[in-house]
Amino acid sequence: MPDTIVSIRNVTKAFPGGVTAVDNVSLDIAQNEFFALLGPSGCGKTTLLRMISGLETPTSGQIIIGGEDMALTPPNRRPTNMVFQSYAVFPHMTVEQNVAYGLKVTGVPADETARRVAEALEMVKLTALAARKPDQMSGGQRQRVALARALVKRPKVLLLDEPLSALDAKLRDDMRMELTRLQETVGITFIIVTHDQDEALSMASRIAVMDKGAVQQVATPAELYEHPRNRFVADFIGKVNLIEARVLRQIGRKLDCEARGLGRLELVNDGLVGAQIAVAVRPEKLKISETEPGAGIRVRGKVSALAYYGDTSHVVIETADGLNLSVNVQNDRRSGAGAMERGQSVWAHWAPEDSIVLTE
Amino acid sequence: MESWKQNPRVFWTLGVPPSVWLLLFFIIPLGFLFVMSFSDKAVIDGQVSITDYDYLTGFGNYIRSMDPLYLGIMWKSVWISALATALCLVLAYPVAFGICFAAERRKPLLLLLVVLPFWINLLIRTYALIAVFRTQGYVNKILGVVGLGPYEMLYNNFAVIFGLVYVYMPFMVLPLYATIERLDKSFLEASLDLGASQFQTFLRVTVPLTMPGIVSGIILVFIPCLGSFLTPDLLGGANALMIGNVIERQFKAANDWPFGSALSFLLMYATFGALALRYLFSLRSKGVDV
Repeated sequence: MPDTIVSIRNVTKAFPGGVTAVDNVSLDIAQNEFFALLGPSGCGKTTLLRMISGLETPTSGQIIIGGEDMALTPPNRRPTNMVFQSYAVFPHMTVEQNVAYGLKVTGVPADETARRVAEALEMVKLTALAARKPDQMSGGQRQRVALARALVKRPKVLLLDEPLSALDAKLRDDMRMELTRLQETVGITFIIVTHDQDEALSMASRIAVMDKGAVQQVATPAELYEHPRNRFVADFIGKVNLIEARVLRQIGRKLDCEARGLGRLELVNDGLVGAQIAVAVRPEKLKISETEPGAGIRVRGKVSALAYYGDTSHVVIETADGLNLSVNVQNDRRSGAGAMERGQSVWAHWAPEDSIVLTE
Repeated sequence: MESWKQNPRVFWTLGVPPSVWLLLFFIIPLGFLFVMSFSDKAVIDGQVSITDYDYLTGFGNYIRSMDPLYLGIMWKSVWISALATALCLVLAYPVAFGICFAAERRKPLLLLLVVLPFWINLLIRTYALIAVFRTQGYVNKILGVVGLGPYEMLYNNFAVIFGLVYVYMPFMVLPLYATIERLDKSFLEASLDLGASQFQTFLRVTVPLTMPGIVSGIILVFIPCLGSFLTPDLLGGANALMIGNVIERQFKAANDWPFGSALSFLLMYATFGALALRYLFSLRSKGVDV
């Protein structure tokens, strides 16, 4: 791993009243990474971000930024800057004054301040609006102010708390690209907090999935999607069919399993004899055919729900044992799933190596 | 403001009684005093009448009130009120701030404590202050234990200012509390995050963003201070007269309603001046979400 810029070691945050928001989290974030903390609301991701910024103090554990323990460093002396969820752009200052604020209060000379503010405004394309007050601006523009205000400080780490959640869908897509571009341009480590998996998958180079205060998995987007470590990650990232199964025995590199609703099936994995596992299959890995396929894991069922989206169709197949399987069908022919009907009897099948074996 | 056109009957039903009330008991008496301020006591058979007036005789009362004696008292009223208001602000800001950052379940209790003095009659509270500050009072007794005093703390400007601060403090705390409570705390966090110290954050972010509350508090305290007469009357003695006492004496002891009216209107113009300043201020800081 390249140089670590932020190192979180066994950090726990317990709030008075017995809520443990962050529970013994350890993470290493590398220089120039676009790192995402992803999880459902209340999973502790924002608390973790606020502890990195210094706005919250860990109950125990260490936060090391740029090689220095931050335990005794207040937020105003940390090499981090934050883009707040509400943007927190000062309403009594113009755009220019907002961006200059962080330099002014730390005694940066006026000429340097002016130069850096101009640069920062240029970077977020707000030069023309420098004299505006925030109440004359749109949400997207206010967010750019918040970005420029943080970046002008040249932090080692930029923290972004749900930066896109307050924007409408179109603007969100633009801003996503914008953030990726900015991160590449300025070469600063970005740590972003989000509950939106699409946001994390499309922007981040690495993602930590959090649940109930603990990190469930840290991996690249593709690895999270194709190799989730546990049921929570598999379920939270993308859609998935989870089938409970029990491992009966091992034959060579293969496992012989008894799965609910599927009966006997063979999986590619090691060990685990006697274990209760979950077999996870992504909907797009499943295929549908009207005749019994010759190979792979297969099951017969009825089409119980059908949703047509143009490029794809989402089909739910219900087996005789009541197992529901979601299938994404690519409509790559003009006569595809559109020709299917509810109640139609079909076969669902997939390659054994496309099943993910989950033990946790 | 368009809605009254849609529901004229509701508007008139709700609007007429208070309007009549204000007209009868506020505007008309005020008009009467206004006329009175340009009048004089009638002279009948060479004697000044106690009950009759010569109406609209001119600006005599206003000219008389420009006497250095009255101007001096007015000026003193202004600076005593200003000082009391400033002290209220300095003392109330931390109190309001503290209540805002207190645990949610404690806030109602703390706010109750702020308004609790209102439950006791002003006169009684003021007499209680006399008990605290008189030569044989509690403060001097305590000071006496450590070998200090006794000090003369009553019947001077100090006592008046203390009394005014004590009485009007809640009027400063409450508007401050209301604005600080509504202040988005992420502004303060953003300021700290951007490298400002706690003190810089207070001066550059907290104070400007709570300015509406500060201005409301100043007005709510300064105006009644300027017109107060009970506190200076009881705590100030003869040396610490404020304009309110002079006016009261014109209407009662001196039985000179015309001159009292003129002084009242001068006081009112001063108040209008303060409100005009506030209006100018609100125009200037339009960008702030009040």
